[in-house]
Amino acid sequence: MSAPLEFALLSNGAGLPWTEVPEWPADDFVSATAAELDRGGRLCAWFGVPEGAQTRLVAVVAFDAENTLAVGRSEPIRDRHPSLTLRCPQAHLFEREVWEQHGVVPKGHPWLKPVRRQGNGQPAMGDFFEVEGSEIHEVAVGPVHAGIIEPGHFRFQCHGEEVLHLEIALGYQHRGVEEALTGGPHRATLNQLETVAGDTTIGHATAYAMVLEALAGTEAPLRAQWLRAVALELERLANHTGDLGALANDVAFLPTSAACGKIRGDFLNLTALICGNRFGRGLIRPGGCRHDLEAERAQQLAGRLRVALAEASEAATWLWDANSVRSRFEFTGAITAEQAEETGLVGPAARASGVVRDVRFDHPAGWHRFAQIPVAVWPSGDVLARAQVRWLEIQRSGKFLEEQIAAAPDGELRVTPGPSAADTLAVALVEGWRGEICHVALTDGDGRFRRYKMIDPSFHNWTGLALALRGQAISDFPLCNKSFNLSYCGFDL
Amino acid sequence: MFAHETILHRLRHGCQTMAYPDGPAPALPDRHGGSLRLDATKCAEGCGECVRVCPTEAIAQPPGHPVALDLGRCIFCSECVAVCPTKAIAQTGDHRMAARRRDDLVIGGPGEEQVRLAAALDEKLRKLFGRSLRLRQVSAGGCNACEADTNVLGTIGWDLGRFGIQFVASPRHADGLLITGPVSRNMELALRKTYAAVPEPKLVIAVGACAIAGGPFVGNPQVRNGAGEIVPVNLFIPGCPPHPLTILDGLLRLFGGLDRSLDRR
Ligand code: SF4
Ligand code: SF4
Repeated sequence: MSAPLEFALLSNGAGLPWTEVPEWPADDFVSATAAELDRGGRLCAWFGVPEGAQTRLVAVVAFDAENTLAVGRSEPIRDRHPSLTLRCPQAHLFEREVWEQHGVVPKGHPWLKPVRRQGNGQPAMGDFFEVEGSEIHEVAVGPVHAGIIEPGHFRFQCHGEEVLHLEIALGYQHRGVEEALTGGPHRATLNQLETVAGDTTIGHATAYAMVLEALAGTEAPLRAQWLRAVALELERLANHTGDLGALANDVAFLPTSAACGKIRGDFLNLTALICGNRFGRGLIRPGGCRHDLEAERAQQLAGRLRVALAEASEAATWLWDANSVRSRFEFTGAITAEQAEETGLVGPAARASGVVRDVRFDHPAGWHRFAQIPVAVWPSGDVLARAQVRWLEIQRSGKFLEEQIAAAPDGELRVTPGPSAADTLAVALVEGWRGEICHVALTDGDGRFRRYKMIDPSFHNWTGLALALRGQAISDFPLCNKSFNLSYCGFDL
Repeated sequence: MFAHETILHRLRHGCQTMAYPDGPAPALPDRHGGSLRLDATKCAEGCGECVRVCPTEAIAQPPGHPVALDLGRCIFCSECVAVCPTKAIAQTGDHRMAARRRDDLVIGGPGEEQVRLAAALDEKLRKLFGRSLRLRQVSAGGCNACEADTNVLGTIGWDLGRFGIQFVASPRHADGLLITGPVSRNMELALRKTYAAVPEPKLVIAVGACAIAGGPFVGNPQVRNGAGEIVPVNLFIPGCPPHPLTILDGLLRLFGGLDRSLDRR
């Protein structure tokens, strides 16, 4: 058999014919993927594509330092393959998902259980990991939480106050987004992707638009790329500011909490200034943008942005100056760089462990090819680091916006992308405020979606929260949880 | 030093809570558009353009009418406004759109060009809840935007607490539920249990297109099409997500809070 030796390379926002994706028998494919990961790759996506009664596996691996993506696939598999997780822990949830969606068993997977399957009005989540011992107790929290928060279930194994193990069971928010995409795009597809994680509308809608543009072999006009980059940073500003406020609130530091609650709204209102909706609904469309940021509006935006950034700076200064805050943030919920790498963390959670990883920098597409933002890292891996990275990013996004708003390219805002190419695979990565958003589309012979896979950064990062809790006091859970602030619906799809 | 600075900051800024509802409502963003108005008598013969562009099938052509638009299903994408050749559908710029009855959200018929806004609860419930309403929030497949814009009402600009409305950490402490999301099948049991745990008499408020009718996910097999399929709903607040002002208006409307403020003026 003339098995190819290399994954096929492509860049962010590009597509390639399905037949050009190299293929291996299942066992060799797992080994080949492990080899790619061993030589520094990172697993962006791992999913199944139905092929008659069988399933092909597809892997998308990112080589951040080389600014390239690599894809490979397996031959159709009937029922099992050796588990990749045993060699590369970052595959653990992906393999559980493939097993749940296609029934293919990753043989040897250490913790094979459902991810979000339905069972009688609740997720069929299987048994929980249990620590045994006469002094061990178990704490169960959720699905419905105490505040205005999405639902999820947390199961703690504790020895006194100390958490030995936390297992996170999600799936409550499952709305069937991926299944609904098969055969699409449908009339509500764009709206469903704008709300797959509703606090990340710009991030997910941009990834979707990039995928459709790649499939059509076109690009959005420059002005639209510019506006998307502006909107992406506004989304980051609003969420990061809200997170700083929430972190302050969890250590009972009310001045920053109160201020950030308001400033977050000011940032959301800037997005609404562009498109009418505080979350950016209706702004991004395949082929461009639906609303413009004309000079006069841009000027207004810049003025209001300056005020909000100054207020954020003030609120952040109070936070960093307070010893009581520092003593609660420091050394709480620490993740090492090795753990972050091994589990494949992305976004601020990875950067707060000193890992330099940012799609805008590693895989620049759209406007980020012309305008860069420095990557913000902090080494300590604790709550303090995750807060600091957010604050650094608020400042850098602010600077970026101040420069870019004054540098708008002229030209049209929207083109109509042509029909999608048939039998083609396209990949788009976007650095959303929580980290890497990955969308992969595979079209059928008519250019419709044969398979659409999306990975919200939360999919990678919930494991990070579970690790952060090890050895912590259970009372630190809310603080650790806020420091990650992951999406439930983005995970549950 | 921070204590000093934060206090100074407070003094400098004074009270940051908006005057509304005693003063004027803050303006919606100019591109928001507010609610919709549909005058079906203006429809061109056999047109139906809007029906074809609506992503949530909020616009139907019931027998005997050119079109009817269900604001409960609407996600306010404004595509229908853009394609309507006769301007039969128009944005009103009005933030108010909460209704007590599901049917009151269907617009287009004669005399029903706009939403029929919610009336206050009856005297007995108003007496019970009018000065103090505790709500338990349940997100059942919500995308975190309806949740976020409900949460925002607790910030200093809106200060929901001044109306005696508060979100509580247990259904046992609650007078009702505020539900977001289409009700994913995986949240059905939890929602039923939470509802059962709230003591009688109780209220249910559905916030957002999802909770009213499934929103962008209407028809997906993994979701129910809104909270009304599981529990009785007393107040519907449309939007995707509703602007915080729309949510606040809806809540105050229940207790005649807006009328009272009008009286005072
Ligand atoms: S504004 Fe509402 S009714 Fe009109 S097309 Fe959009 S969702 Fe449908
Ligand atoms: S109505 Fe819209 S904003 Fe609200 S939960 Fe549903 S999708 Fe999200």
